[in-house]
Amino acid sequence: MAVLLVLAGCGGDVSTLDPAGPSATSIAMMWSVMLIGATFITIVVLSLLALGFRRSVVPRRIPESLWLGYGAIGIVSVALIALLIYGFLVGGGQRPIGGPATTIRATAQQWHWHFSYEARAPTGAVLVMPVGHPVTVEVTATDVIHGFWIPRLGGKVDAIPGHVNRLRLQADRPGRFVGLCAEFCGTGHRDHSFTAIALSPADWRAFMDGASLEALGHD
Amino acid sequence: MTEPLLDPRLQRDLDRIWSPEPGWRGVLTNVNHTDIGKRFMIAAVVYFSVAGLLAMLIRAQLASPRSAFVGPEIYGQIFTMHGTLMMFMFAIPMFEGLALYLLPKMLGSRDMAFPRIGAYGWWCYVFGGAMLLGSMLVGKAPDGGWFMYTPLSSRTYTPGINADIWLLGATFVEISAICAAVEIAVTVLKLRAPGMSLVRMPLFAWYMLATSLMMVFGFPPLILGSVLLEVERAFGWPFFDPTRGGDSLLWQHLFWLFGHPEVYIIFLPAAGVVSTILPVMARTRIVGYGWIVASIFALAILSFGLWVHHMFTVGIPHMALAFFSVASTLVAVPTAVQLFAWIATLWQGRPELKLPMLYLLGMFSVFVMGGLTGVMLAIVPFNWQAHDTAFVTAHLHYVLIGGFVFPILAGIVHWLPHVTGRARIPRLGEAAFWLIFLGFHATFLLMHLVGLMGMRRRIDTYDAAAGWTAINLLSSVGAFVMAFGFALFLADCVLQRVVNRRSGQSPWGGTTLEWATAVPPRSYNFASLPAVSSRDPLMDEPRMAVRLARGGGYLAATRYGWRETLGVDTTTGRILQIVVLPGSSALPILLAGATGSFFLFMLAGLYGLTPLSLVLVVAISWRWAWTTGSTSEHGELPAGLGSSVPPHFETQDTPGWWASIFTLSANGTFLASLIFGFAFLWVVAPGWPPPACLGPIGTETAIAILASTAGSASLAVARRMVQRGSLGNAIRLGAAAAAGMGVALVAVAAIAFGGTLPIVTDHAYAAVAAALLAYVAMHLALAALMLAYGTARIGTGYVSPRRSHELAIIGQWTHYATATTLLILVILFLAQSCR
Repeated sequence: MAVLLVLAGCGGDVSTLDPAGPSATSIAMMWSVMLIGATFITIVVLSLLALGFRRSVVPRRIPESLWLGYGAIGIVSVALIALLIYGFLVGGGQRPIGGPATTIRATAQQWHWHFSYEARAPTGAVLVMPVGHPVTVEVTATDVIHGFWIPRLGGKVDAIPGHVNRLRLQADRPGRFVGLCAEFCGTGHRDHSFTAIALSPADWRAFMDGASLEALGHD
Repeated sequence: MTEPLLDPRLQRDLDRIWSPEPGWRGVLTNVNHTDIGKRFMIAAVVYFSVAGLLAMLIRAQLASPRSAFVGPEIYGQIFTMHGTLMMFMFAIPMFEGLALYLLPKMLGSRDMAFPRIGAYGWWCYVFGGAMLLGSMLVGKAPDGGWFMYTPLSSRTYTPGINADIWLLGATFVEISAICAAVEIAVTVLKLRAPGMSLVRMPLFAWYMLATSLMMVFGFPPLILGSVLLEVERAFGWPFFDPTRGGDSLLWQHLFWLFGHPEVYIIFLPAAGVVSTILPVMARTRIVGYGWIVASIFALAILSFGLWVHHMFTVGIPHMALAFFSVASTLVAVPTAVQLFAWIATLWQGRPELKLPMLYLLGMFSVFVMGGLTGVMLAIVPFNWQAHDTAFVTAHLHYVLIGGFVFPILAGIVHWLPHVTGRARIPRLGEAAFWLIFLGFHATFLLMHLVGLMGMRRRIDTYDAAAGWTAINLLSSVGAFVMAFGFALFLADCVLQRVVNRRSGQSPWGGTTLEWATAVPPRSYNFASLPAVSSRDPLMDEPRMAVRLARGGGYLAATRYGWRETLGVDTTTGRILQIVVLPGSSALPILLAGATGSFFLFMLAGLYGLTPLSLVLVVAISWRWAWTTGSTSEHGELPAGLGSSVPPHFETQDTPGWWASIFTLSANGTFLASLIFGFAFLWVVAPGWPPPACLGPIGTETAIAILASTAGSASLAVARRMVQRGSLGNAIRLGAAAAAGMGVALVAVAAIAFGGTLPIVTDHAYAAVAAALLAYVAMHLALAALMLAYGTARIGTGYVSPRRSHELAIIGQWTHYATATTLLILVILFLAQSCR
């Protein structure tokens, strides 16, 4: 039933289950896989439990080593190792290393966001990125800890004063995405958000050449 | 069964010796573990209710979009206090109270090893809790989240008193927790029934032993973090300020170094309850005793290696993430061992659906799901999405309510007849269970989903457009259903206490020794102490309660008005000594008051008055220690059943010796965390190297190390003199040792105040160096005081070749002071030129 719910309508501007980039897509996929696995395990465990109350059905004496050695340690370890490998594969693909990527600097403070670029004037509280091309966001903060998160594009990373954290993101289609502060940062935390705009290749070139967002029709 | 027949004279004598003083005086001076345990649990339930009401406010606020019920300022206080009270004021004191109440009875002892420490812990808990509650009443409650991340919690961004209340109040309560941990560990190791070797201990004792050791090593990092942050807030020492060489990540490491073990510190006692009750409910023995013990310690150790999974988004290198991800998933294995052992026990036995069993089944269904979402969160990429969303809120409630609250509710319904001596009211408890169980799932199951739909933690409201309205409304309705369930549960407990009929001696057929006391138990638990020859003593001898009440066990006579119980060899359970326990005393509440005055002066900014509190603490502690021991020899005393052993103060392997070892372990962990902090800042923090360094400190370092080493050596020789009976020489050498520590203290002060230390408010380097020096100075002063005390004890006849166990403890602390002087001064010497 939960799977149906996921498919039915978990959209929205900030839903990780309505991904719009490769990173968020692979994690949403991962969630579906884990949800199915976890549902299965829960049913198995609760069934074993229920069988304990049906004296006539179950054998009275099962060796400890079968329950604990093969069951608890054996089966659980195999499942965990498989999951860990899957996790490393997905995670490893999202590291901000290698390949050409545009670098964008994100600076958080109570309660604003500020975005700047290597070869262009900053854009204030709007993050502008190209479609279909990875960007590395360098995230930092000037006062307290904040969190940089565009749920539909990928995972989050903390914005920590004195440190710069890097996050690799990519948008698969043009459009506007909501960005949020994920780490509690005081009374303004709830509305500490920003907009990310993904531009088509042509618009992106014009933007990097200095065109304003208004001129490109994104105000 | 009827009330066991008693030996009336023995009972009268024991009552006179063990009963608390009558009236109000008794309330203040009682140190009995049964009463202190009950007080802890009742207070914990009160805090649970307060924190639960706060949760209802949260759910009321989030029930509908754009709610105007409370604003973000108040909301911040509400969720911070909900978390803080549940973790520090409910969960930990609840299992401490349960352990204090149950452990001596399960182990076959008359009290805990340190009844006055238990009472002191209780008063610290009361005073610390009063600070937190008081802050809420005046609207100045902490509001930065229960984990108090810096710099948000620093003076700059939280200028009010709110954060100080959290830091001081929580630290106060943690003192109580460390006291309980030491007391529990020593009681389990030393105060068992004769014949109860380690492998015959009830599983609950194993669980509590592991838990208490985890607390000994898990709490010091948080206490250190709280002390440093409070010093930063009060005096401007920049440990966590990134603009002056500090780092907010240091706080996160220290907090989660505590915070993750904390989850298992809460889970393990509850699992101990399950492992105790479940076989009784299934009318069989537990399956896989050895496997369970191994898995307990595997969990305890692993839990210290995965704190970073709370920090997957702070920018940790990928390989480190992989390590902590593996460690985090690995804990599922020992947890699974316990779950499967419980299921196997059900299969082996003939389980009945009595009320405690219902709660255990609730535990299974909730905790398994919480464990599975925990594994999901241990997978790094998924964590990056789910972190700081309602998914995590849902997960942690599945773990804590499934892994702690349900087992504890099972424990309460199981043991309440023992506490009250009364039977429960039919069907009321079942109704409460179903309300709690269904309300719980309604509240939290779909909260996972709303988290993945982007609902962040700690936001005070949301827009209807987000699409979260239906799920949040369901959560709120579920939460109120659950609250009704808890209210009904409480009503059931109270009604059982006041109206219902008496229960039998053993309503469930439990097989552990607590059911061999009278129900409700008497102040001394057992009129005579049992001998044990298996893991389920009451299975072997169902009518043991009667035999013990008639005086058929050990120590079936009183003498000198002493409160006596037996001390055994840690491993084998062979009788070693008669442990003479202290009686009612006002010292615990006085010491807690003196400790509390320190925290209040800090809170009020009256820093100049804090030395007054320290003097009081020292004076009361001195008096406290002085009331133990004896000025005369007793030799071997008859302990019943043909055995004779000396009182504990004429032996070496004493409870005090063990307690001192554990306290020093906690202390050493505190220091190790501080040294870790120094290294961490040096390597990771921005703004290093510092603008100014210590400069040459070679001379002072050499003097301090030589003087403290000479002090340690003098004490070693003094102890040898005591063994030879040459007490006059021992006094002179003890005084010399104290003087050596004093000289070392002066040398350390010369480093701190002689102009070599850079200004401490300028950079974290100087601040940490000053903190290290303060640590050394404090321990040198403490060692000097203890040596003075020891010398005075020799001079007044408390020490003889036989009665020298106090000097062994003083030796531990003196050598510890010397070792830390060496360690810290060498570190500072190596760091003296920092650029």
